[in-house]
Amino acid sequence: MTPTLHEIMQAPSPASAWVLAHDCAESGLSEGAVKAAMQGRIAEMRDSVRRGLASSAPSITGMVGWNAKGLHDAPDVLNAPLLKRVQAYAMAVNEENARMGRIVAAPTAGSAGTIPGALIGVADHLGLSDEQLVMPMVLAAGIGQAISRQMFISGAAGGCQAEIGSSAAMAAAAVTELLGGSSRACVHAASMALMNTIGLVCDPVGGFVEVPCVSRNAFFAVHAVSAAQLALANLESFIPPDEVVTAMAQVGRMMPLELRETAEGGLAQTPTGLAVTARMEGK
Amino acid sequence: MSLLDMIGPVMIGPSSSHTAGACRIGLVARQLLRSAPVTARIGLHASFAKTGKGHGTLQAMVAGLLGFQPDDARLPAAFAEAAAAGLQFEFHDTDLGDVHPNSAQVELSAADGEHVTLIASSTGGGVIEVIRVDGFRVSFSGASATLLTRYTDALGVIARVASLVAADHVNIAALVCSREKRGGAAMLCTELDQSLSPAALGFLSGWPEMDWVRMVRPIMDAADAIGGGGTDGMGVPVLAGTTA
Repeated sequence: MTPTLHEIMQAPSPASAWVLAHDCAESGLSEGAVKAAMQGRIAEMRDSVRRGLASSAPSITGMVGWNAKGLHDAPDVLNAPLLKRVQAYAMAVNEENARMGRIVAAPTAGSAGTIPGALIGVADHLGLSDEQLVMPMVLAAGIGQAISRQMFISGAAGGCQAEIGSSAAMAAAAVTELLGGSSRACVHAASMALMNTIGLVCDPVGGFVEVPCVSRNAFFAVHAVSAAQLALANLESFIPPDEVVTAMAQVGRMMPLELRETAEGGLAQTPTGLAVTARMEGK
Repeated sequence: MSLLDMIGPVMIGPSSSHTAGACRIGLVARQLLRSAPVTARIGLHASFAKTGKGHGTLQAMVAGLLGFQPDDARLPAAFAEAAAAGLQFEFHDTDLGDVHPNSAQVELSAADGEHVTLIASSTGGGVIEVIRVDGFRVSFSGASATLLTRYTDALGVIARVASLVAADHVNIAALVCSREKRGGAAMLCTELDQSLSPAALGFLSGWPEMDWVRMVRPIMDAADAIGGGGTDGMGVPVLAGTTA
């Protein structure tokens, strides 16, 4: 049975070791095989970041494609290299995705930039190796499993909160563990990321995974780092983590169909959004 | 859902549910025929119908039917690949009722006239669930090997199948069965911890009440981590089983 967030929180630190042992006992896979596969995923993520930062080729619709490179090449006006790096990495992955490039869904393709943005972004900022990211990535996956106990992780089922909320929660826990956080701190980081994403709708322009998805990954990669910062300072989610997931699932069920990936509400129904839909239907 | 399904799959964009999930529905569907499909009629439901085009859902579904994995670089060009492989396909919008918004009905036929219909949902992150095969209620995800049998309902058939599986040293993880009516056609869907041996499958297929037997090999990434499972790329699916 997939563990709850509460069970992960109660596990001895680091939480990832307990998650890995528990999952391997269930699946019959060896811990070494899962870690090796996870290391492969990290290499794929890094490759998609590299391709995304180097390209300004437009996406299928032409709405995105140059944002990651544009930010990466721009001057660091805030003198905040971590912030700029995290945002650029996240958008690099989602712009690759929008070009039908090769990416790692984490947990979905639309939210694929959040975890590499936050985790690889922080690692590169601090000069940490990819090997050090393997176990935090295992924990990210474990947090995603725990969330999926209560809700489908897709915009069609639960709105964007289900996708980007999950990816931000997973990333927040991973960054927290990377920086030495306890099991309790990691799960509270995830919970704080999730509770501040509840209600976010999925209203993609033209139904494409481009606007607002690409910039949203930049914002929520930063959101995940913020949650980790709070949790590492021992701030906690007042509402217990599994109750936050319950609340999000409930909000997802209350969300009208128009705001669940159908492109029948929100940004998709703006005059500009409708013009994109009309132009692409003509193709 | 395994850890490698949460951080994964490695895939061609842009959508895990509309692209990778659609591809995996195709990968399962093709395994229900003894030989490669030559015609495919695909009904797209709700969100699949509404936003599928912009997500490469149609190309991904065809790619899966051709045996391409979600990360195969040929996925965006699947229509041209289908023409080269002799697969004719047709898409239409459909209403499958109260099912997940990302669902599809796939009707396939092979060169020898064999025909199969399935309904499957893409539930998020590239995970799928098959909910109907030839009208029978089933439930499997392709995460583990799945044995499907259609037979004539009779006393003890399910027990005998379970005994055979156990004798083959394979554990049953989950089981769903349904029948048209007492003594009528029935289907048993069993998710297994490993595939049945060819000998056990051959023996099962020979039972007089067995009408149709298929072993669906795992399509999810966790299978790759242990070096087993996965589908077979371009080749004809390796299938055990017979039809009456």
